[in-house]
Amino acid sequence: MGFKNYILVCGGTGCESSRSDQIYHALIDEASAQGVADQVQVIKTGCFGFCEQGPIVKILPEDSFYVQVKPEDAKELIAEHVVKGREVTRLLYNKAPHKAYEEVEDIQFYQKQKRIVLRNCGSIDPENIDEYIAAGGYKALEKVLFEMTPDDVIAEMKTAGLRGRGGAGFPTWMKWNFTKQETNPEKYVVCNADEGDPGAYMDRSTLEGDPHSVLEAMTICGHTVGAHQGFIYIRAEYPLAIHRLEVAMKQAREYGLLGKNILGSGFDYDIEIRLGAGAFVCGEETALLQSIEGHRGMPQPRPPFPASKGLWGKPTVINNVETWANVPEIIVKGGEWFASIGTPDSHGTKVFALTGKVCNSGLVEVPMGTTLREIVFDIGGGIAHGKKFKAVQTGGPSGGVITEANLDTPIDFGGLQKIGSMMGSGGMIVMDEDDCIVDVAKFYLNFTVDESCGKCAPCRIGGKSLCNILEKITQGKGEESDIKQIEQIAHAMKIGSLCALGQTAPNPVLSSLHFFPEEYEAHIKDKKCPSGKCKKLISYEINPDKCIGCTACARKCPVGAISGEVKKPHKINGNVCIKCGVCKDTCKFSAIEIH
Amino acid sequence: MAKLSLSDLHAIREREEKNLRKRDIHGKTIHVVVAMGTSGIDAGAKLTLNTIADEIEKAGLENVIVTQTGSAAPNPEPVVEVYSPDSGLVVYGSVGSAEAKRIVAEHLKEGKIIEDLRIELKDKEQ
Repeated sequence: MGFKNYILVCGGTGCESSRSDQIYHALIDEASAQGVADQVQVIKTGCFGFCEQGPIVKILPEDSFYVQVKPEDAKELIAEHVVKGREVTRLLYNKAPHKAYEEVEDIQFYQKQKRIVLRNCGSIDPENIDEYIAAGGYKALEKVLFEMTPDDVIAEMKTAGLRGRGGAGFPTWMKWNFTKQETNPEKYVVCNADEGDPGAYMDRSTLEGDPHSVLEAMTICGHTVGAHQGFIYIRAEYPLAIHRLEVAMKQAREYGLLGKNILGSGFDYDIEIRLGAGAFVCGEETALLQSIEGHRGMPQPRPPFPASKGLWGKPTVINNVETWANVPEIIVKGGEWFASIGTPDSHGTKVFALTGKVCNSGLVEVPMGTTLREIVFDIGGGIAHGKKFKAVQTGGPSGGVITEANLDTPIDFGGLQKIGSMMGSGGMIVMDEDDCIVDVAKFYLNFTVDESCGKCAPCRIGGKSLCNILEKITQGKGEESDIKQIEQIAHAMKIGSLCALGQTAPNPVLSSLHFFPEEYEAHIKDKKCPSGKCKKLISYEINPDKCIGCTACARKCPVGAISGEVKKPHKINGNVCIKCGVCKDTCKFSAIEIH
Repeated sequence: MAKLSLSDLHAIREREEKNLRKRDIHGKTIHVVVAMGTSGIDAGAKLTLNTIADEIEKAGLENVIVTQTGSAAPNPEPVVEVYSPDSGLVVYGSVGSAEAKRIVAEHLKEGKIIEDLRIELKDKEQ
């Protein structure tokens, strides 16, 4: 039977939390109820990336891109689109029926993207190994097992120039080669899926949308370096990703793509999942290995590096999810193909989780060398609610802010470092004029202080002290000597901490201090918060010229701080006011101002 | 013993690739539209549509996309439109199962316009 329509329903965590699972089942039920079950195939895929507009439903072959779909819409989608062949205009992204074959790529969000890592996300069913195989999956493994020597694989990876996508950007081929050269007969391959940066969900989406790409890559690496066992370390708070990985591993074992004598090559290899409890420090490779071994996740001094002494003291290759997902494509299409994408410093693409105050938040994959301006304004659609752009934080709690002045810097490992930030794993949080830079720095620092394992003093004590100083500043108790002290503590943390968590924890403070010194000064000298965010430094006041005395705010105020006669300007009692902002939201005449 | 041999894997890939390629919207040159309004369905357009979809599958045509539209009345339904770069727009009327098979075999596969099924499209009455 030939299907006429294919309905792709996004099954990423974002869309699932908006009931895409119900949409999926409702579509199947409706198709049967309306007698078209034989014409349409409903497929649950991985993340489409356009999370802002989720849940996403795409219907082929018309390529109709439906957004913000609800389970209740299933009936209409089947009745109109599938039965009668009319697009449901109100649910289309651009709200207008498109001409024949205007493609989804025409949507601006997708225009500047290039999908290598996310190649199968949103187009295949991640819980069906056959679809992965059909999309070219396990071709790379085949090539590695039967046509290439391990040295060929290393050479190909070297030509490709893939650098670790976990943040540090270390050449992947080198890691593999170090482990390959070790003579120890027992070696391991590890996938770091302990994604922990605030706002980052690249690895999660990759695993949810295309789990086999990671399994295949780890098997390729195992064969190349001489390992027979792999581990995926993933946080327990990613249940959907874990489930899809388990399904994928089960299917791979049934096909003998994992296990003994893979494809008759004589090569044995299997993978196990290890669940982490969600400690940020376990994303650091030595802490991660400790955790897999069953110890408390604390970083160890390097050298020795895991490549020579890793898991249980054996040579271990450890790469991050996104790095792995690139590997099969490199093997199939060749290192030169990969090297032709991106910049001389960084080849290939990078996936970013674009969040914060942008219009189109979501998962984006762009060639290295794309500028931040393109990501934030072209793909991201600019700042939401017509506000002014202030800065972007890249590299999570280890990175820094990037301001308007550097928006045109091409993004690659070197480029971001030069402007005081870092690639990190790919979290990208956009801030607008309403965000207080001191408050943001405090947020990240609080995060690293919470997540510090406590092993070394510069991180454990330094982080807390920095936090206290920032707290003091946002409370209006800052002194001019504070800035000097911040710099001193930050310096001590950078040189004295054992792992990257402590070494980079001061970065958000230092970089915000570098780019927005005037904002720190306003807090310290003038006791003002220019963005109106720090509650201790602001007061709500009613502009008597604008207030018409409608009493709306007075009735809404939860603490009764607003008084006045009807039809006459009201007043806020600053001693009682808790600065919750309800009055400002209530006022229809913009009479309430923050000072 | 390996569970899956290399040739098994190739067989799976070949079989599944065909299915996956049907979802691909690139590289489609011929567009078939079946009028599936109430009057069209009443005249048997569903059977027509299913026949066309099945025949395309059987013939292994990969450059064809089949979609549907609303009512084509007052034309003799079921109405099927075929757009292709070579023959432009051709409209067929009273397309039952047998005619549908001919359209796939003669027009889609061989590029020949079937003159005896061809109709002039009359505008819809509002």
